[in-house]
Amino acid sequence: MGTARMKRLPVLALLLWVCAMFYVGIYLFVGGFLLVRLEVNKSSSCSDSLPPGTGTQDFCPVEPRFRRAVVLIIDALKIDFARFDSHNISPRPFENKLPVLEEMKSSHPAHSRLFAFRADPPTTTMQRIKGFTTGSLPTFVDVGNNFASSAILEDNLVHQLGEAGKRVVFMGDDTWESLFPKKFHRSLPFPSFNVKDLHTVDDGILKHLYSTMEGSEWDVLIAHFLGVDHCGHRFGPNHPAMADKLTQMDRVIRSVIERLQNDTLLVVMGDHGMTDSGDHGGESLKETDAALFFYSPTPTFPPTLSQAEPEVVPQTDLVPTLALLLGVPIPYSSIGQVILPFFPEESQASGVQTYLSQLEALWINAKQVNRFLETYSHIAKDIPPESLSMLREQFSFLLAEYSGMVKEGQAASPTLVTALQSYLTAVRNVCRATWAKFNPLKMTAGILILTTSCLLCLAMSEMSEMVRDSFMPWASLVVGAFVGGTVAAGQQGSLGYVDIAWCLGAAIFFSQLLFIWRLCCAKDNGGGGARDSGPRQTGWRILPTLSIPLLVLALRCTSLLSDSYVIAEGRVATFLLLSLSFYIPLHLNWDGLLLPFSPESQKAPGLLPPPPLPSSVIRRESLILLACLGVLVASLYLSLFFHNCREEQGTCDPSPFLLPLARVQDSRLRNLHYVLSVVALAAWNYLLYWWLRHYGNLNSPGPAAFTARWPLPLASICAGLYWAVSSTPEETFRGLAELIALALVALPRIAFAFLGLGTTLLWLSPLTVFLKPRQVACPQGPTPLPRYRASTGVSPEAELRHLIPQLYQRMRRSLEDGEPSGSPEGHSGPAMEAYGLGTVYSAPLVLLTGLLGLGLLLLHSEGMALAFLLLLLEAAALLHLHASSVTLESLQGPQKEVFSVPWVSVLLWDLAATQFFHATGHLPTFPSIQWDAAFVGFPKGHVGTLLPGSLVTLNTFSSHILFAVGCPLLLFWPLVCEVRALRQGHGASKEDAVMEMRLRERPQKFSSALVQLAARCFFIKGAQVLASVLAAAILRRHLMVWKVFAPKLMFEASGFVVASVFTLIAFTLVMRVDFAVSGMFKKLIPEHSR
Amino acid sequence: MWDHEIKGMASVHAAIASSIFMATLVPAVIVEKFSVYGTHLVWVYSVAASVAVVNIAMFWLLGVGLVAKRNTLSYKVSRAIRSSLYFTLSCFFYHIIVILYGAPLLESALETFSLAVLLSTFTTLRCLCLLGPSVQAWIRVFSRDGAMSVWDTSLQITTACSVIGAWLGAFPIPLDWDRPWQVWPISCTMGATFGFLSGLVIAPFWIHWHRKQLTYKSK
Ligand SMILES: [Zn+2]
Ligand SMILES: [Zn+2]
Repeated sequence: MGTARMKRLPVLALLLWVCAMFYVGIYLFVGGFLLVRLEVNKSSSCSDSLPPGTGTQDFCPVEPRFRRAVVLIIDALKIDFARFDSHNISPRPFENKLPVLEEMKSSHPAHSRLFAFRADPPTTTMQRIKGFTTGSLPTFVDVGNNFASSAILEDNLVHQLGEAGKRVVFMGDDTWESLFPKKFHRSLPFPSFNVKDLHTVDDGILKHLYSTMEGSEWDVLIAHFLGVDHCGHRFGPNHPAMADKLTQMDRVIRSVIERLQNDTLLVVMGDHGMTDSGDHGGESLKETDAALFFYSPTPTFPPTLSQAEPEVVPQTDLVPTLALLLGVPIPYSSIGQVILPFFPEESQASGVQTYLSQLEALWINAKQVNRFLETYSHIAKDIPPESLSMLREQFSFLLAEYSGMVKEGQAASPTLVTALQSYLTAVRNVCRATWAKFNPLKMTAGILILTTSCLLCLAMSEMSEMVRDSFMPWASLVVGAFVGGTVAAGQQGSLGYVDIAWCLGAAIFFSQLLFIWRLCCAKDNGGGGARDSGPRQTGWRILPTLSIPLLVLALRCTSLLSDSYVIAEGRVATFLLLSLSFYIPLHLNWDGLLLPFSPESQKAPGLLPPPPLPSSVIRRESLILLACLGVLVASLYLSLFFHNCREEQGTCDPSPFLLPLARVQDSRLRNLHYVLSVVALAAWNYLLYWWLRHYGNLNSPGPAAFTARWPLPLASICAGLYWAVSSTPEETFRGLAELIALALVALPRIAFAFLGLGTTLLWLSPLTVFLKPRQVACPQGPTPLPRYRASTGVSPEAELRHLIPQLYQRMRRSLEDGEPSGSPEGHSGPAMEAYGLGTVYSAPLVLLTGLLGLGLLLLHSEGMALAFLLLLLEAAALLHLHASSVTLESLQGPQKEVFSVPWVSVLLWDLAATQFFHATGHLPTFPSIQWDAAFVGFPKGHVGTLLPGSLVTLNTFSSHILFAVGCPLLLFWPLVCEVRALRQGHGASKEDAVMEMRLRERPQKFSSALVQLAARCFFIKGAQVLASVLAAAILRRHLMVWKVFAPKLMFEASGFVVASVFTLIAFTLVMRVDFAVSGMFKKLIPEHSR
Repeated sequence: MWDHEIKGMASVHAAIASSIFMATLVPAVIVEKFSVYGTHLVWVYSVAASVAVVNIAMFWLLGVGLVAKRNTLSYKVSRAIRSSLYFTLSCFFYHIIVILYGAPLLESALETFSLAVLLSTFTTLRCLCLLGPSVQAWIRVFSRDGAMSVWDTSLQITTACSVIGAWLGAFPIPLDWDRPWQVWPISCTMGATFGFLSGLVIAPFWIHWHRKQLTYKSK
């Protein structure tokens, strides 16, 4: 026999390594997919003199070219729609439908110009509006942006126009209203969400457009039409409806041109194009190339040769052009380049007015871009240093050239113009490479690593014994570190900088390879042994029994690939959870294990007859199972009332419990809610207390039991008081305002302090066992010895093995009698009484869950107390359901693998975490994040971002956290509940009811069971992360990618990280308890065997 | 013996299946503006009624699968009463289950209940006909070794298929396709019906192919 000790550190290291694999996979993928950019919160102003300047005002020195502008944005106006080919005899529905552009171009070549307007990915409307108002390259995550509202905080054209006193009138797509709240002089937003609605927005605009233009209450008029885009999404471009829509737009442009006055510029543009199916979002030319058409009633453009193809203009270039044409400063973060045809080559004085020449405009533009680049590279480090230094060099050269030219009074040289242009283009390209390009290589590598990680978890869960025996985490770590270091050194040598993502990716990949290789070796080596044929056979036999839970998991993962199912995720999770929990009794019944009515068993003749158990035991267990199913189903159904609503869900009212009590108007309703919440809080406490007392853990004198007795209830009282204070309307107690303010700060902090104290105590001394030497009646004999007195020469381990059941048996018996010490059997009993030894592992976990749950509840609105109580009930019901089904199977069926937690239970547990994510009012969308959590205990706000960030994270993933901490309970619960069945079964009474001490008896099996459970948990979670990663990668040009899939990916990935961290914490606690139990027995043995 | 039983069963199944088709075709002639989507409830009840009639006729009048212990009138009456009670209870049971699965609680309660009636007809009614009003026997049949005749196996298959069909029928509901059959509860009733039909078709073949493994104990 080997050492009868559990492998604690290797198991933990293995789990850590598994988590690291997933983290690196997620990091790689997200690094390639989610483009991040920092926002610069600075604004340009007319009084700015740009850094290497001559001291004059740069932005507003000369007369603006136009006083007013009309900007018609036709959503998804692809460049193809604007082309006109008179030779085309049978045009397709989208061809030749905008003849006005061609007519203007040929009849007034100096008044109008058509460009191809190239957008940057992501080609979605909101990012594009940001793009052509700020002149930058908005990414999916613009850090610094306020997540709670989508308002643009960066400097932008609308802001600058407002600062310059221009009256901006907006009408159309209501996205603008959320991006620029209160920035417009007048705004007529129309709902944009319903893609199937082709006309509401357009008709709304047309009702007001002409009358507004004819009036004088405006300087800049923005009208955003959505019909063409919606028509594309609904029918595609190749549909008669598109022809109608474009013809309507043609009429609109004509009517607008008729009403234009001489000082007004007309801009007609699309924000992006569309694919042949009418979608957009990606980076293909069909999606990025939109039309851009300028018209001015006065001649503006130099004569050109009529070119067949319109010139390509990047979308960022509109901002500096419009800014200089209208005489406002170029927004601070713009990286665009002025469109040159608007500016005369020489600064000539035409009549009275002087306009900016090409060179002057470009020079202002270059200085502004250089200023932004310096500011940005100062705060963020994501622009590669070598390109940055190259750009700096280029700029200083330009500076020298330009100032030299100005000093000598030379005429503008065309070479300088080209040099300035190439500088601006270079800046744009560098920024684009940093912010606006998916990195397909990184994305693929991330997907690859995530896939192998999932497969490895699957292999680990099916071969946990082999993994436990053969795996040395240190070897993998060393190999990983070595490979990572080599890659880093290689990068440093060849590229000059280190990309951490690739080093980590390589490290993890090679350690995975090593792991697989070792696993194969172990398999081959073990093949000779007689024992190994077993696992391989079971490996194949497992497949059919796995099929249903894995099928449900597959359904869940597939559902992440469809936007409709992601939107309905709360319902989908409940549906699957319900189906899977109904599956348990149905499956048991199919195997004839539930409610066996006929006494003669119908077992196959080959098997050994099961021990004769009275059918009352089985029936009792079955009834418990069905009752638990009832509780589970009821709490599932009730939890549906706590859901929040997504914007996409049409008819849906968010749960009234989500509203903080202070905002409930009706005072009676408020009191009712408050009482309900407090009752739920009390019930939460009582249930925990009752459970601990029932299993004798409260008798312990140690700090853990102290935690359950004092800090937990005290923290709850603080929470209740805090809710009372925070829900009082401010005007009720004016006199006590200071006291209330103090309580708002102090009460939650005291509660958190109590909880922190409790958690610390739990870690310091997690044992909840009370050992009591028995007061034996007979006076003779110093210390009564255990009944199974070890004969001489028996190892201390054997001694232990006998001692534990004794301890446990005593404890049960004394509990039954209600009086711990007085037992009628007198001196025949063993010497020790141990309270709570049977639940020594699960009690600290339950306690930790209770503490954490209370803390997390404090971060939610008061009404969520009910949801948390439901969560506790559901978790308990799930655990009992799992325990009962395992007991029923083990009582009658053939002996299965010891301590193995079946897939169905792990999947149920994980689905419950997803389900309660929704049932605590959360949604995988950014607007639904509950920011109030950051202000619990900090009503005045914070200094840093770490604390509020972690509070909000804890609030968001509280359901994941609680279920992750409770995860090891799946292993312990069948053992905790085992006693109920066995105690009554007289046939089995020979075997002692030792509950969790069974795990101590077989430490090898214990560690492999832990490995298996963790591997199954991580597999299920990892498969979901993989599915949402795949969804984001495959559907990256789906209409909903930035609205549904990318946020879902972020939530799924961060949920995985948070949940895995807390799973690790829970497993560490189990190891900590195991360590403490070993210590306790070491102390016990010498005392009694001496 | 095997062939004989399977053939008998297949012909009964064919009769039930054709009754479903008739229940779809006949109202189209009689009822004005009849369509499966438009007047869905009419279709549901016509299918349920025809399946019920054929089942009762086949199993009760022809005496298939039912062993009457006593043939007195009072026994028959009490049996009929108990059967109809069980049927009603099963309708409510299905109704509750469907609501738990996320059907609206109050609005369109009639539609939900119609689905429950249809499911009861496909499952409970056949149980009542084949096994009589005895929950114990029902629970026994739905275990691996519980089938005692080809009828029991066919019951297992058709019941499982109808329930799974209704379950699968819920899947298209959240999708944003805006099809007429995505309206509650059309997809579920259609799913249950298709499941039941496929169960009727599969059962004889299944039993035929697995006749070696199927060993029924005599009753
Ligand atoms: Zn758009
Ligand atoms: Zn669109």
